[in-house]
Amino acid sequence: MLNDHAKLMQAIMVSGEITGRKKLQKMIYIAKKIAFPFQERFQFHFYGPYSEELTTRVEELCNMGFLDEVKEKKGGYFQYRYTLTDSGKEFLSLNEVEMPFLQDCLTDMNGQNARFLELVSTVLYFDNLSKADVANKVFTLKSSQRYTEAEIDEAYRYIETLKVKIQ
Amino acid sequence: MAYSAEKLFEEKVFKDPVHRYVHVRDRAIWDLIGTKEFQRLRRIKQLGTTFLTFHGAEHSRFNHSLGVYEIVRRIIDDVFAGRPEWDDNDRLLTLCAALLHDLGHGPFSHSFEKVFDFDHEDFTRKIILGETEVNEILLKVGPDFPAKVAEVIAKTSEKKLVISLISSQIDADRMDYLQRDAYFTGVSYGHFDMERILRVMRPREDQVVIKKSGMHAVEDYIMSRYQMYWQVYFHPVSRSAEVILTKILHRAKQLFEENYAFKYEPLHFTSIFHGRVTLEDYLKLDESVILYYFQIWQEEEDAILRDLCRRFVNRNLFKFAEFDPAKEYKKLAELNSLFKKAGIDPEYYLVVDSSSDLPYDFYRPGEEEERLPIHLLMKNGDLRELSRESEIVDAISGKRRTDHKLYYPADFIWDDSTKKNLKRQIRALLEIE
Repeated sequence: MLNDHAKLMQAIMVSGEITGRKKLQKMIYIAKKIAFPFQERFQFHFYGPYSEELTTRVEELCNMGFLDEVKEKKGGYFQYRYTLTDSGKEFLSLNEVEMPFLQDCLTDMNGQNARFLELVSTVLYFDNLSKADVANKVFTLKSSQRYTEAEIDEAYRYIETLKVKIQ
Repeated sequence: MAYSAEKLFEEKVFKDPVHRYVHVRDRAIWDLIGTKEFQRLRRIKQLGTTFLTFHGAEHSRFNHSLGVYEIVRRIIDDVFAGRPEWDDNDRLLTLCAALLHDLGHGPFSHSFEKVFDFDHEDFTRKIILGETEVNEILLKVGPDFPAKVAEVIAKTSEKKLVISLISSQIDADRMDYLQRDAYFTGVSYGHFDMERILRVMRPREDQVVIKKSGMHAVEDYIMSRYQMYWQVYFHPVSRSAEVILTKILHRAKQLFEENYAFKYEPLHFTSIFHGRVTLEDYLKLDESVILYYFQIWQEEEDAILRDLCRRFVNRNLFKFAEFDPAKEYKKLAELNSLFKKAGIDPEYYLVVDSSSDLPYDFYRPGEEEERLPIHLLMKNGDLRELSRESEIVDAISGKRRTDHKLYYPADFIWDDSTKKNLKRQIRALLEIE
């Protein structure tokens, strides 16, 4: 019964607050890739894996009054901040979602910046390729972000850290 | 002569109700159409369960794939050829990607993907790169050609212009399915002046743009898309059939996991249920196979599986009520509890389904959005995002429309032979008493 909506609400609740649509997208993608049963389908877009379904669901939750979206001006652009509303918390209490270790993983990801999560999610998206091929993909498809070899190594290390958390 | 440049001695044409003719001159395209993986698309309907609402909607992904190929061919050969921004070396790559973009779709993809966590794009990649007839043909073009085609379809290629022809807010995929689905469903929406749009398309480094003079044709296309989504794709009767289909798959999976003894062993599903489906298994699936199982599962001992299959096969679908999750989530919890007490498993018989569409969205540099907007090419050579020029598009830009419905089996709820009081309470809550 609105289980997929409930999972997303749970993710936002355990994260406390998520700032940035891109960050939210990447956090859910990474969580899905490492183990958690999010249903949203992702495709590769400008900033890496992106889910139209996730965007839709977030907008629906805002319209339902379960999520609070605050639009903030940041430099030359707008940024969005998401928290769960009281009615969202009440809905979740009626529709419990069991996802052990989710809080630990998402809290950690929430502490990273969106640029790094974009890199981590891109590395995970190409997990069928060798590390050298992944690096090539990152340098070609994300040339504007100017990621370094060291950052790519760090992304691989970070993925392993997250995997340890769910063991 | 290199295989990539090889032409058929005589052009082949397919008669097509939407584009009149689909023209094939390239040997590689002709060979790809003849592969067993591409022919399989004839056995997968383009619109899934929509045929239960619009009886004409029996067309297949094969028709649509040829249509997308034909639109892209016309753009490249009739509009882009000879323009400096277009690299004709990308011609065959673009045509192959257009033809094969839906290759990984399975039967009733949406439901299958939901229940078994499949991704048809993943299977498209596997078919193109795996040991298949399609891969064999693509390899004749060049050793890295299959990977290049797969990358364009997955949108991970650096060739952004090629990607945008097949996947963007105004692409060949949408232009074909809107017209084709309108034709086969018989609705009067979905029509727009595609010839005009094709004539005003221009290649740019990273996307296709539209000459300003074609703006009104694009407005018409966006409105057609809006109408088709709400009148056809989200039709509540088709959604009801899809809800039941999804629940059948859920039930069969659950029974399998509980070691239920099926009267007829579901051989085609075994590896799927185990979560280790191979490409070979996947390619054996088509709608005739799935419908065969639905047919025989009508005789199963399990009452839920039997009932759901009977409903799907005989089109005895769930009824629906409007549902506002924000205001009615407590009512939903109450209904859930009443269903359980009445002996009707809410997991299978009380379903919230949501439909949502965004007709057009824009992206302006600096914002955290992901959708590439439609750009108009102005007379002075500047590019302007469509909604900044079109009042009609501006009025609907970024505005999502969502609709939630609650599906339930009306015959169960009205059957007062058992649990009469509980069912009366259910009907009162559903406001159908």
